[in-house]
Amino acid sequence: MTGRFIANPVLPFCGGCGHGLVVRNTEKALEQLGLSPLDVVLVTDIGCHGLIDSNFTTHTVHGLHGRAVPLAAGIAASLPAGKKVIAYIGDGGAAIGLQHLMEAAHRNFDVTVIVHNNMLYGMTGGQPSSSTPCGFRTPTCPDGKEGRGADLCRWVHAAGAMRCRRVLGKGDFSEAIAEAVAGSGFSLLEVIEYCPSYGAKHNPGRSLDDIVREAGLALENLTNPPAPPCRLAPKTDTGSLLDLEPISREFTSELDRCVSIMLAGSAGEGVQSAAEMFARAAVAAGLSVTKKGTYPVTVGIGYSVAELMLSPRPIQHTAADAPDFVLVTSADGLKYCGPVISRMRSGHLLLDSSLANPATAARVTQLDFRKPSGPRAAALCASAELLRLHQLFPLAALRAEAGRSKHTAKIDVERLLADSKTS
Amino acid sequence: MASHAQPRDASDQKLCLVDGSRLVIESLARAGADTFVGYPITPANLLYAYGFRRFPAALAAPDEITALQWMSGFSACGRLPVTATSFPGFALMVESLNMAHMMELPMLIVLAQRLGPSTGSATAGAQGDLQLVQGAISGGHAYPVLCPSNLIDCWDLAQLAVETATRLRSPVVLLTSKEMLMTQRDFDLASLPAITPPARAFYAGDEPFAAYSPADNLVPEFLPVGSSRHQVRLTASTHDRRGIHAHLAPEAMANTARLHYKAVRNLAYYTRFDIDEQAGADTLVCAWDTTALAAREAVATLRESGRAVSLLVPKTLLPVPPVYVETVSRYPRVVVAEENLNGQLRQVLFGAAGRSGVTGVNAIGRMVSPAEIAAAVESR
Ligand code: SF4
Repeated sequence: MTGRFIANPVLPFCGGCGHGLVVRNTEKALEQLGLSPLDVVLVTDIGCHGLIDSNFTTHTVHGLHGRAVPLAAGIAASLPAGKKVIAYIGDGGAAIGLQHLMEAAHRNFDVTVIVHNNMLYGMTGGQPSSSTPCGFRTPTCPDGKEGRGADLCRWVHAAGAMRCRRVLGKGDFSEAIAEAVAGSGFSLLEVIEYCPSYGAKHNPGRSLDDIVREAGLALENLTNPPAPPCRLAPKTDTGSLLDLEPISREFTSELDRCVSIMLAGSAGEGVQSAAEMFARAAVAAGLSVTKKGTYPVTVGIGYSVAELMLSPRPIQHTAADAPDFVLVTSADGLKYCGPVISRMRSGHLLLDSSLANPATAARVTQLDFRKPSGPRAAALCASAELLRLHQLFPLAALRAEAGRSKHTAKIDVERLLADSKTS
Repeated sequence: MASHAQPRDASDQKLCLVDGSRLVIESLARAGADTFVGYPITPANLLYAYGFRRFPAALAAPDEITALQWMSGFSACGRLPVTATSFPGFALMVESLNMAHMMELPMLIVLAQRLGPSTGSATAGAQGDLQLVQGAISGGHAYPVLCPSNLIDCWDLAQLAVETATRLRSPVVLLTSKEMLMTQRDFDLASLPAITPPARAFYAGDEPFAAYSPADNLVPEFLPVGSSRHQVRLTASTHDRRGIHAHLAPEAMANTARLHYKAVRNLAYYTRFDIDEQAGADTLVCAWDTTALAAREAVATLRESGRAVSLLVPKTLLPVPPVYVETVSRYPRVVVAEENLNGQLRQVLFGAAGRSGVTGVNAIGRMVSPAEIAAAVESR
């Protein structure tokens, strides 16, 4: 057997192995479709069937056990529609890669998957797979497999495959392969075949017809309504991530050392946006700044904490032993900062007046953060109070940033961030 | 407070608050990486978000194995894919990374380290994956692992990672961490050098294409699968120059060994490090990733106090450039600072036997501080 698609007639399978029949029918189908070898990419999985690469004159890609389908999907998504991608897998590969089959069918990658279902793992000595039918014997289950075998066609059809078809690996089934390859989108062709070395020997007298009938596996041809196949469709209008609003240094600061600030409140109360305004304002005042955010994985509930460092010199290391200033606007924030506050030996704790005063060696000042403009402005309000008390940089810098920010649309920035408070 | 900070001449600056993720993704895209494959995991979230915004093509994968397999398919067809993950995802990728290494498929994995083991603390930083990355390829094969030590490195090394991946026909890991990727800093975007993607050349010969026939630099030419001129064979199994499964044949063994040696032979091309040596110093501080920032601060403080000390910041972590070995061997005392329990860079440099005069400064669940590094240098 040599032709345009098969260069080497000596197939790497045991005599009588069903895999040989799949290869011959594949070649016949590709001829029927008038394809040339370089129109075809054959992606093979691990298993006896996957030894076939060197026989084919098509492009060949030989991957990992169970992963031929997503590998083929990546290839198919990158190639133009005229190229045909075929993935050979076994029933073992289908089991370990079941999620890949479902995903590829669901997304409709333009791939034809041919499952060499010989109902066992041939390469490793005949262990049962998920697709081994109930009662089918293999060397490691001589009394027959317990439990049902997988119905791959039905499963993959349910995931949305364009075509799912089961055939018996006997005689000429090239028409089924041709139909699968010719179509657009995801096709699965399951070929039920015998492994003479481990399957036939342990199930004497049972034909493939008997096996599929007893297992309730219909030789059916299932389809879904046509859908466009998944291909990479590059965008051309991706803007630069560096198109950011620059900060101009319109202010100056008299800060002469590095200070660290912890701004702690509740999720949804503008802690991170206030910290960002504060950080940008500090940069506008000529300072070097770092900002990190900390919040639980459920971002909409619980604490929200921002850690800031400000320095007149470039900052390298971004963690302080203890914060110089802790600003707490809510009970969530106080709970999170509790351990930090209790360890403070110096520094200044600014606390919303609604909160209980914690034990600390730091100086403590209670102020109204939540009242002046509501909880959503509490963090910004606390930031302003810090600047009024400690003049790290001009309050006007924060006012300018807050005035530009989309987060302050409902806040009277001029009043909240006035240089002196009028209450 | 006395006044020190003065407004700098701002005319040619573009000051912004940026995180490392932004610079990494922008640099990768400008350098020619064209497809982002995402599977969400903290602390690689920003990379994912930026990747989907910035890359010409982006695909959401259902898991990390699929991500690497799709990427292998894209790469086989001549694209340059990128993904970002953290330890749990990288663990799932290891077999597929081996496949990409064997098939010699250019791609980038940005590995954002977080505190393990296992799921650990997703939002806590760490430098705990260096030895995992080092041993990821079965057989102990070398492959390029780069690590930014500051924001400008995020820009430079991301570009270098793309160039190295294509030049070596190899997966490249950009090993970084939560702190580097998510902490925002003031940064002058105007200081970033321009990036021009190198034109990528594919095999143009008339002879049949042998996917694993190496050039002098041990790297084979590349031709995308699906070519209409030549057959292309790629395989994850032991193979000869044509990509034919070949078991233990001498040609196949030579090919397997070549996969390791090509990373070593071309190491000079992608070796990046900072060395700041001081005359008379008997101690070398060595630190990577964000701990390098603490080390720089510690070294500056020590020098201000009159203590001579040198600093090595490795950015090409693996394979270990010979210059690191030569440098550490010149110092009777070496202090290796890193955010892990067992001293992973220390072990990479000195092995399990260690060496007299070598000490580690280590921490988990928090950053190593400049004061700790300075104390280790001062201690006798
Ligand atoms: S072991 Fe079974 S599946 Fe494998 S080649 Fe032989 S007959 Fe075919």
